Amino acid sequence: METPLFTYTLRLADNALVLGHRLSEWCGHGPMLEEDLALANMALDLIGQARNLYSHAGAIEGQGRSEDDLAYLRDCPDWRNILLVERPRGDFAFTILRQFLYAAFMHPYFERLSASKDETLAAIAAKSVKEMAYHLRHAGEWVIRLGDGTEESAARLKEALEDLWPFTGEMFEVDGVERALIDAGIAVDPAAIRPVWDATIDHVFGEALLARPRDGWMQTGGRRGEHSEHLGHLLADLQFMQRTYPGATW
Amino acid sequence: MSEMTEKTMPLWEVFIRSRTGLSHRHCGSLHAPDAEMALQAARDVYTRRGEGLSIWVVPSSAITASDPQDKDALFEPTASKIYRHPTFYEVPEEVGHM
Repeated sequence: METPLFTYTLRLADNALVLGHRLSEWCGHGPMLEEDLALANMALDLIGQARNLYSHAGAIEGQGRSEDDLAYLRDCPDWRNILLVERPRGDFAFTILRQFLYAAFMHPYFERLSASKDETLAAIAAKSVKEMAYHLRHAGEWVIRLGDGTEESAARLKEALEDLWPFTGEMFEVDGVERALIDAGIAVDPAAIRPVWDATIDHVFGEALLARPRDGWMQTGGRRGEHSEHLGHLLADLQFMQRTYPGATW
Repeated sequence: MSEMTEKTMPLWEVFIRSRTGLSHRHCGSLHAPDAEMALQAARDVYTRRGEGLSIWVVPSSAITASDPQDKDALFEPTASKIYRHPTFYEVPEEVGHM
């Protein structure tokens, strides 16, 4: 039986690892050397966050599972990431826009989580908030330049936004697992993030000449383990070595 | 790079002030659409191992360089003026490292 704190920590960790993996798929494929390194840097930030969070989750669970066990030996239904982060990497506009939408949420989120009553979560958040500040700045500046760039860059960004917007609602979901932790001062209430996120989105979209879509029906399910087919393909890649050579180390 | 890319992604020279050094030092160049993105790219390309505390980026086109062909006229005349090198003074021991 998963405790609420374990599930909560796992959700944060899975978001970070899955998005970090998606960014890592750009390694060697970036549109230019400078951006190739920037994407890999951000991927490593997220994978680092995931490692800390998995270690903490393993300690909370108390069954002796390590960060590697949690990353490499769970199948799709056990993953708790939001659907946004498992969408295939798409083109550069799609990757950058997703990074912006995520960072615009996680930056203020980690700011608040750094005051969590769970000291380990607070410490991880305090470290991660600086990383997310850079992701937000970098992705935000690119969104502005793509949106206010060429006809093609603006069209690609607009298309990416239409694809991604329905996946933003899941970031703000709160279920029973989280409600109790929010009330206990351990988890962050995403409702408190909403106005900050809205302001960031509106500001950057304004500069990028990008129209904000209406909030319609939103995708949901990832946090409960209901995933798209894309996560399975991602895990096949991510977990291949441990599945094929169990216990292999190097 | 094509001319089109050179126009939209001009070259920038990067200067980093390291933890130990006093002044910014040239460490390389990169392509970026504008100054803000050049600064970010410099951070990502040149400070990945904690090399720097401060970054300058300068458009490469803003730099006026000496012509290598003028080498003799510019630099040769100093070769015969060894008295400009402060090697004829004895530094008192109390002064220590200069």
